[in-house]
Amino acid sequence: MADSIISLKHLVKKFGNQTVLKDINFDVHTSEIVGLIGPSGAGKSTVIKTALGMEVADGGSAKVFNTTMPNRELLANIGYMAQTDALYDDLSGRENLKFFAVMKGLSRKETINEIEHVSKVVDLTDDLDKRVSGYSGGMMRRLSLAIALLGKPKLLILDEPTVGIDPALRRQIWKELQHIRNEVRGILITTHVMDEAELTDKVALLLDGKVMAFDKPDVLKMQYDVDSIENVFLKAEGVL
Amino acid sequence: MRIISIMNRVLKELFRDKRTLALMFLAPVLILLLLSFIFNSNSTTDVDIATVSMPSNISANLDNTKHVSVTKYNTKEAAKRALKDDKVDAIIQQKGSNYNLTYANTDSTKTTVVKMAFKNAMTNTTIETLKSKLTVASTALAKVQSQMPNASSSMAQKKQTTVKPKITNHYVYGDSNTGFFDKILPILMGFFVFFFVFLISGMALLKERTSGTLDRLLATPVKRYEIVFGYMASYGILAVIQTIIIVMVTVWLLGIQVVGNIFYVILINLVLALVALAFGILISTFANSEFQMMQFIPILVIPQIFFSGIIPLDSMAGWVKDISYIIPIKYSGDAATRVIMQGGGLSSLGSDFGVLFIFLIILTILNVVGLKRYRKV
Repeated sequence: MADSIISLKHLVKKFGNQTVLKDINFDVHTSEIVGLIGPSGAGKSTVIKTALGMEVADGGSAKVFNTTMPNRELLANIGYMAQTDALYDDLSGRENLKFFAVMKGLSRKETINEIEHVSKVVDLTDDLDKRVSGYSGGMMRRLSLAIALLGKPKLLILDEPTVGIDPALRRQIWKELQHIRNEVRGILITTHVMDEAELTDKVALLLDGKVMAFDKPDVLKMQYDVDSIENVFLKAEGVL
Repeated sequence: MRIISIMNRVLKELFRDKRTLALMFLAPVLILLLLSFIFNSNSTTDVDIATVSMPSNISANLDNTKHVSVTKYNTKEAAKRALKDDKVDAIIQQKGSNYNLTYANTDSTKTTVVKMAFKNAMTNTTIETLKSKLTVASTALAKVQSQMPNASSSMAQKKQTTVKPKITNHYVYGDSNTGFFDKILPILMGFFVFFFVFLISGMALLKERTSGTLDRLLATPVKRYEIVFGYMASYGILAVIQTIIIVMVTVWLLGIQVVGNIFYVILINLVLALVALAFGILISTFANSEFQMMQFIPILVIPQIFFSGIIPLDSMAGWVKDISYIIPIKYSGDAATRVIMQGGGLSSLGSDFGVLFIFLIILTILNVVGLKRYRKV
């Protein structure tokens, strides 16, 4: 069995008197892509924020690399991409990458190599010296992903990474994600695109602050007796 | 390393935003120029006085007063009409041995000027009457004296001693043209620095928060104080440039005399800018949009002008005066005034610097701790 990178056990998170996460249990191992799916407001972003240490668990435990979060140093090993692009518009793509490389603590030499590598992955090499304010929506999304990939982090946490990206590039990005998985790294990804969920190794189905199901896509389809993850989703929600 | 990188990034963003840059560097210059025109050209008040059945000697005396012109009216009704039409500022009417003064009083300075002018005219008239009586008396005396020839020489000597004494004015600071503008300038300088740094840094951090870059920044192993210090370094540099521009304009263009060391003025404004920055960052956490940030200006920035010393604090009630102790601009204004007008050295600025540093330390700690809202470590 591979090492566990993220380990969430009986995780509870409250905001005021509203309990957003009731009982979250799932693990992300190395060489694994885990898809987190669920309707809006199910608590996907809260799970991610707790795993990053931006929020503190009110109950249960959230461990990353066998260390209880929040922990600042560990963040150097995590690549994070949020739902919003979160870029500095007045800077060029390269300046954005360079800035975050320094923040992640990369050395000068690493920075240069990494910028070259990640910009190739997201196909932005030719546009690196343009200002981000002149980028298209898809280009911003790709730059945002490139920042998350900087420094070959052992764990990637991606919140809706492929929104607004055209099919060809989406396929390319998934290829890269699978490549990353094969490098004995782990990925936690949230998505609304159900055929993307089919590409993951495991799917965690989040509903009402609980993980309703957590298994391989094929196993889930068998359990729910349907032919796609989309239908698993709908059946779990009670629509089907 | 991270601090420098954050500083570089903030500066790069600022210098690429030409409009904001122009606002920071050109707006204070424009306002200073306008203020100097307003305060230096309009230092006197001209008044028109209507007189009704006034003795000609008092009228003449009034008319001879500087900045006062007198118009004669035959009836009170005509004078009143003129007052109503804003042609005159006051009516003076003689009734028997008494005088009735009616003021438009739409401008209290003009009312005061009329009161003063009338008082002076009355005094002058009295003196003239006395003088003429004295002349009559002395001619009578001379006549008596001429009948006693021995005393005439001593009388001539006495006449020479009544020469008017010469008055010479010496100014410790500036010259006879030094006015209100010179007094408020050291305070205004600080206000510009405070206002622009507060607003722009607050907006910058707000943008960082709403665009999600703050979250992304905090998802890296950066320390919270590194973010705050990075911002301080960049806005400190900006404030120094701004202060240098303002000082150059005041010294070269407006010809204001700086008695002390200009370097101290820059130092004062640098510390004030850091206070403004820490304040702006702190306040921006209470705003959810740029517009909400603007709403803090009338509440938190404008009142600072009132207590900064532009309006003399001595004339205020005790408890109102106490408010000024929590106004950062008051301390920078006091310190800058001391340097610019009195040539004070660093030792004389100690207490002002001390208070500003206390503001700075408290606000900075609050900011570093406050960032915990967005990341728990």
